[in-house]
Amino acid sequence: MGKNYETVIGLEVHVELATKTKIFCGCSTAFGGAPNTHTCPVCTGMPGSLPVLNKQVLEYAVAVGLATNCDITQYCKFDRKNYFYPDNPQNYQISQLYLPICRNGYVEIETENGTKDIGIHEIHMEEDAGKLIHDEWDDCSYVDYNRSGVPLIEIVSEPDMRSADEVIAYLEKLKMIVQYLGASDCKLQEGSMRADVNLSIREVGAKEFGTRTEMKNLNSFKAIRRAIEGETERQIDIIESGEKVIQETRRWDDNEGESYAMRSKEDAQDYRYFPDPDLVPISLSDEFLDEIKSRQPEFRNEKMARYMEEYKLPEYDVNIITESKKMADIFENTVAIGADPKKVSNYLMGETMRILKEKEMDPQDISFKPEALAKLIKLQESKAINGKVAKDVFEVLFFEDIDPEKYVEEKGLKTVNDEGALRKVVEEVIKNNPQSVEDYHNGKEKAIGFLVGQTMKAMQGKADPASVNAMLKEFL
Amino acid sequence: MQISEYTAVELSKAIKEKKVTVKEAVEACLAVIKEKEPTLNAFVTVDEEGALKEADEIQKKIDSGELTGPLAGVPVAIKDNMCTEGLLTTCSSKILYNFVPTFSSEAVLNLKKAGAIIIGKTNMDEFAMGSTCETSYYGPTKNPRNPEHVPGGSSGGSAAAVAAGEVPYSLGSDTGGSIRQPASYCGVVGMKPTYGRVSRYGLVAYGSSLDQIGPLCMDVTDCATIMEAICSHDIKDSTSVERDDNDFTSALVDDVKGMKIGIPKDYFGDGLNSEVKEAIMKAVDVLKSKGAIVEEFDLSLVEYAIPTYYTIAAAEASSNLERFDGIKYGYRTEEYNGLHNMYKKSRSEGFGPEVKRRIMLGSFVLSSGYYDAYYLKALKVKALIKKAFDEAFSKYDIIVAPAAPTTAPMIGKSLSDPIAMYLSDIYTISANLAGIPGMSIPCGTDSKGLPIGLQLLGDCFNEHKLIRAAYAYECETGVYTKQHMLNGKDGE
Repeated sequence: MGKNYETVIGLEVHVELATKTKIFCGCSTAFGGAPNTHTCPVCTGMPGSLPVLNKQVLEYAVAVGLATNCDITQYCKFDRKNYFYPDNPQNYQISQLYLPICRNGYVEIETENGTKDIGIHEIHMEEDAGKLIHDEWDDCSYVDYNRSGVPLIEIVSEPDMRSADEVIAYLEKLKMIVQYLGASDCKLQEGSMRADVNLSIREVGAKEFGTRTEMKNLNSFKAIRRAIEGETERQIDIIESGEKVIQETRRWDDNEGESYAMRSKEDAQDYRYFPDPDLVPISLSDEFLDEIKSRQPEFRNEKMARYMEEYKLPEYDVNIITESKKMADIFENTVAIGADPKKVSNYLMGETMRILKEKEMDPQDISFKPEALAKLIKLQESKAINGKVAKDVFEVLFFEDIDPEKYVEEKGLKTVNDEGALRKVVEEVIKNNPQSVEDYHNGKEKAIGFLVGQTMKAMQGKADPASVNAMLKEFL
Repeated sequence: MQISEYTAVELSKAIKEKKVTVKEAVEACLAVIKEKEPTLNAFVTVDEEGALKEADEIQKKIDSGELTGPLAGVPVAIKDNMCTEGLLTTCSSKILYNFVPTFSSEAVLNLKKAGAIIIGKTNMDEFAMGSTCETSYYGPTKNPRNPEHVPGGSSGGSAAAVAAGEVPYSLGSDTGGSIRQPASYCGVVGMKPTYGRVSRYGLVAYGSSLDQIGPLCMDVTDCATIMEAICSHDIKDSTSVERDDNDFTSALVDDVKGMKIGIPKDYFGDGLNSEVKEAIMKAVDVLKSKGAIVEEFDLSLVEYAIPTYYTIAAAEASSNLERFDGIKYGYRTEEYNGLHNMYKKSRSEGFGPEVKRRIMLGSFVLSSGYYDAYYLKALKVKALIKKAFDEAFSKYDIIVAPAAPTTAPMIGKSLSDPIAMYLSDIYTISANLAGIPGMSIPCGTDSKGLPIGLQLLGDCFNEHKLIRAAYAYECETGVYTKQHMLNGKDGE
């Protein structure tokens, strides 16, 4: 005991690309169709069918490669990975082994000790498999080829990460880049982003890597963190007890908080990779790369600088609202129709983040319209509603497609600006709370807060707290 | 003249001139099929009902002037490895004994657009693996010239059907000589176009980088005409090439004056039967007499072609044939215990020995640790072979050689010695490795009356030169297939 261990982690991240059609045929990639409705002879492996590459897949893969500082392989090929499984209709998967589209990249992540580069070994394009459905009652299995041929890129990192925090930071960074490019929505829960964790441990200072295991079935950041911690412990226990870690693939069970061996290196399959003769090699011209480069969007760092410069937002705000492309888009679209940047930012940083966290939602899931937020801010600015009411209305518009103006009108939430009515209520409140009035006169400033509260209550929340405060002071 | 003696172009002309109806043409084919199939077994499926129905439709379109092309109303037979919508497509294998495709291959669709009527699907070596048409699950096809002999392969059914007058023309596929060699053995014209000229969409793949669809027919005019119909750029096939020179009938010119012909010395060595050699040299003399300039040269690398071909074709086949697993379509074993047992039993029972041999060979050359030594090396040799042809075609317009070292062997002699069978592909496979076009035209018979084929090879996309030379030869010597069908002497 007492030895210090270091965890060494590399990731294989699959990202499902947001193309309308599949990678090698014209079938829809839409999620959730009835089984085998988004299929054709190509993606069901019918004899005589042939694959034709979807150019959009190439464009997305190159865009991700450029954004992650990769060298683009201008002469690249597809290879067949041969293995028998019913979800794989040809019994080979079209992937890239020998000449992947991108190589030698990196992304920069923030760590406790400052920034760190995580190397990207390669990015390759490939097709997804179908889905097996096992009927437990009927003793038979069905296969749905709707997913078969959905385009994926696999981003393979170098073994550069040393902790779960670094892994999460790396994944967050990848997710942000890919989302900024519009290449995928990167939802772990829905499987449009999947990460396999390759992990080994070694004594601190050791030069050689330890034997690694590969962990699969990780479908949330939480699961990834728990799996890394669990696997690190498991490997330390093995080594401390004088045994050896076996190179194998393990499946993480997040409910049990444990992993199980799926297959070891000994029974690893020989995939007999070879160049797919049905697909011609791809030659990417400099012009093609230049065009993709010219189309690259404004990434986070550029956006942050611009928001601070153009909208005079504090760095703190900018950090939060640029974390996802979706949030930044909402910010820009709301400001574009005239809303005050800082007020928009406040709604995004405050209420929006709160709701997302409470409901365990992803910024990708935000569906409210920039127009609705802009109108809400206008209502508040014109003092038609007060801050408390505005927050309530925001929560409604976050989930429902409402027009804040109509909603406020219909629900009678408008601030009562009738000074006579307010005066009456204030007089009443002063009359009914002599103790608080006395406390106030005795220098207890806090007492006025209670009186404001009582007035707001009597007004059913529909008063402007600042006006109430002023009027109370006037009376007292 | 009987209907079955018409070439495709002649038949279409007779239909247009109302000397023959489309229905009569179809019925004539069906009658010959009925008469000869018990002996020949050239067909796996004869679609009598479909063809007769189609005949009425096509007749209407011809009468209304909607169909005017040179193949309108002419029956055709399709090799059973090309998908035909709604019509059984077996690849002559048990594993696809019940497979009915949901779509037609592009070449077939092109013919249908031209007004062709599909009479049926022809027998072949199982998955096009074989040189004799004996590896078919549905029994061997016999050579119409002499039923004790094989028709060649793998497009043996397509060649035999034309030679016997069952259909005026057919489609075959050529991965290592599978059109040219049976054309030679049966005494018909056959062409393997440049790789990429004809869409492979719908052709059940054997060796994807080598497979090419082409015609088998009675004369060179038909060959050029069919080529015009089947060649097209197809966006569904990434290896399909867009060309603006698919006007092959323009090459039907009886003139080879000044054409430079190379004779590869390496193709005339020990393995070549003396009667075949004599016939080829005689044919060369004919071309020479018509003004062609003939010269012998060293092609080199010939001895590497066979190992290179069997490495690449088997590797691709081992992967291409993985999809036949008993899950989605085709044969599934009756009883099994779990998924892997089902795969194993379905495939063991569904594939014949030659197919299994090539799957094992291909799996071996792709396996980890052997990939570099075999598959990668084979790809390098393939590139060198292409270079050798490039050099030759910098000097010669075309190369002339035998299509096969012998005439058709006796049935039952080849399967016992697969290596000997592989070696008989020596003159044809280089064209597939180099991607160049090749053609076989009849140039005589041996002492047993078995046909001999003259092979013409050209540079990529130089089919015109092959057609021109073949046409000039044919003008001088007459249409062999027709002569032999008319006098019916040979073997029958």
